[in-house]
Amino acid sequence: MKIAVCVSHVPDTAAKISIGGDGKCIDPAGVTFVVNPYDEYAIEEALKTKEKLGGETVAISLGGDSHKETLRKALAMGIDNAVLLKDNSYRDSLSVAKALAEEIKTQGAELVFFGKQSVDFDNSVVGQMTSELLGYNCVSVVVSFALDGSKVTCEREIEGGKEVVETSLPAVITTQKGLNEPRYASLKGIMAAKKKEIAEKQPAPANNFVEVIAMKRPAAKQAGKIVGTDSSAVPELVRLLREEAKVI
Amino acid sequence: MTKFLVFIEQRNGQIKKSSFEAAKTASGLASKLGGSVEAVAVGSEISNLESLGGFGVDKVTHLKNETVTNYSPSAYTQAVVKFVSENGFDSILLAASSMGKDLAPRVAAKLDAGLAVDCVALNVEGSNIIATRPVYAGKALVDVKVTSSVKVFALRPNVFSAGTPTDAKAEVAVTIIDSPNLNVKVVEVKKSEGKLDVSEADAIVAGGRGMKGPEHFGMIEELAKLLGAATGASRAVVDSGWRPHSEQVGQTGKVVSPTLYIAVGISGAIQHIAGMRSSKYIVAINKDKDAPIFQIADYGIAGDVFEVLPKFIDEIKKVKS
Repeated sequence: MKIAVCVSHVPDTAAKISIGGDGKCIDPAGVTFVVNPYDEYAIEEALKTKEKLGGETVAISLGGDSHKETLRKALAMGIDNAVLLKDNSYRDSLSVAKALAEEIKTQGAELVFFGKQSVDFDNSVVGQMTSELLGYNCVSVVVSFALDGSKVTCEREIEGGKEVVETSLPAVITTQKGLNEPRYASLKGIMAAKKKEIAEKQPAPANNFVEVIAMKRPAAKQAGKIVGTDSSAVPELVRLLREEAKVI
Repeated sequence: MTKFLVFIEQRNGQIKKSSFEAAKTASGLASKLGGSVEAVAVGSEISNLESLGGFGVDKVTHLKNETVTNYSPSAYTQAVVKFVSENGFDSILLAASSMGKDLAPRVAAKLDAGLAVDCVALNVEGSNIIATRPVYAGKALVDVKVTSSVKVFALRPNVFSAGTPTDAKAEVAVTIIDSPNLNVKVVEVKKSEGKLDVSEADAIVAGGRGMKGPEHFGMIEELAKLLGAATGASRAVVDSGWRPHSEQVGQTGKVVSPTLYIAVGISGAIQHIAGMRSSKYIVAINKDKDAPIFQIADYGIAGDVFEVLPKFIDEIKKVKS
């Protein structure tokens, strides 16, 4: 079985974000880019599935040359092959999904893992869109995954609980924190990944339906008052919450 | 003339509050742009669909099938896409809930439509709807314009007002779904018993590393219970295994905007603040007076959590009794 993992390359969650000169995207200067945190669970689940059932794994990323770092990390963790769909231009989610669906079809992957969202644009939609374009089944925000023959059983996180979802291959699964513990790349894996070829392909040009007009900073929040430094301040705090904020 | 469609989310036959917010928002846009508002719901039995009239919906269509009791991504997508294709709508609004975020991209992909998800504002400029949505977990916002002929907007729950409903009743039509596609099907819903979820709560009491160990979270839970609040946690304590991931607030957890957020023993790492800064009132209790959390807190006590929190619980008990 061929298993694909779609990965993105995003600013570290500890990064400070400032708006770039064009007022439409971030200024990347001084920002460390990493493997999208949710994609690490996707990579891990692909590796675990291969270890159990055999097959071949491929990581796919759409973006500029810098995305090779993230693909290298996937290879170092144990993914067999990597493909970069090279495109530096802005793409909306559907346009990304169309390019990925095309490549997944070429690869002939029956099982595809995505992180549940990229922590840059935070859309949380590309996996579901890709599945519809491919005609694959899809379960999103998955915290447990089991494959038995072609039967897929997952739990997905919802407000205040979980849904148990049943479906079958071919399928797209989007992964949530809690699904597994992503492994660290071994030194051997890192060395082997350096020697591996990352295939580069040109995706079809973007046809965007969602246009970014402006990026802006959220309204600054004024620091409020420090009511005190020990429990003697508690009655005053409670009074403020009742009378000023009127929240309790 | 813009034809709006609101997708109504129901669980166990009850309409979710965030769907009323979407309905009211659609009717506000329709009155500015000129247009009509219809709604659609999928499921077996659904109560009170006519009440959507009070939020500005003219007509609700219930796409009905006895076998579709729980959410089924495949059956819902098929039914909604068919309904939109046959009736022709310009803009589709729904809540960006767990269900909405799963369904919206499927419907958008099938209709070849642009999608703006997790919108926190929808404004009319000329004949366009400009959607504002947070990116980088709220460290920045983008204004986007959707240019496809059918447009889909998923609204962040708890942000848009549902207003006070009028007595108007919507016309309810029932259409039977012939053969639902149940390729992907929810077979069971496991509820976390008696626990409020941070993403739906109006108040949250969250604990961080300053709580010093999982055994001390009883105090967080007690305060939360007194306030009718959900319990939240910082990434540090979730990664240490003190609390479940479902409670994590921040960039790799949940982004929340309750009326009241009480941060106890949380210093305020950038990824945590990104997830809760839009809360209406923020209270911080932390012994380090220079902790970044105080930069965004409305009220703070820069003191020892283990001395302040028990007193806080006592005072709230007094107030509540």
